Amino acid sequence: MYTDKVMDHFMNPRNVGEIEKPSGVGEVGNPTCGDIMRIYIDVEDDIIKDVKFKTFGCGAAIATSSICTELVIGKSIDEALKLTNEAVAEALDGLPPQKMHCSNLAADALHKAIADYKAKREDSKE
Amino acid sequence: MRRVYLDHGATTPVHPEVIEAMVACMRDHFGNPSSVHSFGREAKKLLEDARSNVAKLIGARPEEIIFTSGGTEADNLAIFGVARAMRKKGNHIITSAIEHHAVLDACLALKKEGFEITVLPVDEYGMVKIEDLKAALRPETTLVTIMHANNEVGTIQPIQEITRIVKEHGAIMHTDAVQTAGKIPVDVNDLGVDLLSASSHKIYGPKGVGCLYIRKGTKLFPLTHGGGQERKRRPGTENLPGIVGFGKAAEIMTRDLPEETSRMTKLRNRLIEGLTAIPEVKLNGHSTDRLPINVNVSIRYIEGESLLLMLDMKGIAGSSGSACTSGSLDPSHVLLAMGIPHEIAHGSLRLTLGRDNSEADIDYVLQVVPEIIERLRAMSPLYDRKEAQTCTPIK
Ligand SMILES: Cc1ncc(COP(=O)(O)O)c(C=O)c1O
Ligand code: FES
Repeated sequence: MYTDKVMDHFMNPRNVGEIEKPSGVGEVGNPTCGDIMRIYIDVEDDIIKDVKFKTFGCGAAIATSSICTELVIGKSIDEALKLTNEAVAEALDGLPPQKMHCSNLAADALHKAIADYKAKREDSKE
Repeated sequence: MRRVYLDHGATTPVHPEVIEAMVACMRDHFGNPSSVHSFGREAKKLLEDARSNVAKLIGARPEEIIFTSGGTEADNLAIFGVARAMRKKGNHIITSAIEHHAVLDACLALKKEGFEITVLPVDEYGMVKIEDLKAALRPETTLVTIMHANNEVGTIQPIQEITRIVKEHGAIMHTDAVQTAGKIPVDVNDLGVDLLSASSHKIYGPKGVGCLYIRKGTKLFPLTHGGGQERKRRPGTENLPGIVGFGKAAEIMTRDLPEETSRMTKLRNRLIEGLTAIPEVKLNGHSTDRLPINVNVSIRYIEGESLLLMLDMKGIAGSSGSACTSGSLDPSHVLLAMGIPHEIAHGSLRLTLGRDNSEADIDYVLQVVPEIIERLRAMSPLYDRKEAQTCTPIK
């Protein structure tokens, strides 16, 4: 059912864990099936230096979380904001149709983490 | 790699003696059982021998067995057949919330035809409450259909007691015994039921064949119309190789039942003990009124599909009631009906034992599962939150 790439990211997920003092944190729950993902980002000069995640979800949810971290490390936050769930799914050589909704989890959590980072930055400016 | 099949609740491997009987049937006895000539008569003999063996498995008379294409068709034939035949008397049917979809969805379809359906709730162990049944019975109730044992959590219902109440009320009683016939002693006269469904592929027979037991005198309309086979209740040339395989499987199960039941129960109890010794792993279903082959646990903070994938990588085959494994993305209706919260149903694991499992298989599972649970929990955002004592339930 899953591609080799999905299985690789599922069995050997990259960047699992937490960041001690993150620049931003994003957490989303999947309204379709009830799964949860939390993403931590470390940002320096608007460049994403590090990303870590924790996911409670199916194989596709874990694999999309993992590849999402790989796709955005080293990117600017503006570039990272352009990441879509389709792009995440594509990077895994596709997902089964009933699993497309799982890929929303990673992109949404990332966008939330970036929003959190921006809000914190505004706060510290004040 | 070691491969351990623990999904016998889904289906079983076909027994070698069954395969042999089926091959011999196809090779040597291709005749149509309805034909007059010797080819037909030989086929007819195989058909009736199989019927006797299946009848014996459940303590019925051969003429009360109607062969079908499986458990699903048997359930549909019983429910539609009786509901329609008894419509003049009443239009109310009672079932339970934990039935297989073959029963639940048949009842839902009848609702669209104007029947009234009462779905009885179950308690936390998956047990129907007698008081609920008594309260639901009405003068216009014609049929009650409650499963013998549940396929997901293994809870065995008190069918004998339920049937007594239903019969006193004058309604017809059907039970789906797909998970029990051949696995625990089943006797239609002890149970008292009017109709009982069984399936071949859950007891080491081929897929696509099953039967409906119909007590003599029970009125029932057929679902399909055609020739005179199966007392006109299930017309069409019989699936003879399948039926012969089912008959052989029934014969083997009748022979081996006492020994296998006690062996399965021992393996099951070891597996339950080992799994529930892991922190925050809880048994689903009843601890004693339970199928000897069924283990169902909920593992907190992890999701079932990812667990199944990791088990599969280790050669272990199981199943789960997680929303992520169902096409509908809803968690198991059985676990939800038992009042198990969504996020705990999400981490459910069902392991169902069979004849091919050994003590060594259990050792292997009990060695592999804790490692996998630890791995997935380390990845779970719910688990660390729990450590921080701020765990919030998922809506
Ligand atoms: C309780 C129960 N009823 C009915 C069925 C359907 O039987 P079959 O697969 O033979 O149609 C199953 C099997 O999945 C079952 O477990
Ligand atoms: S996260 Fe539930 S189906 Fe993928």
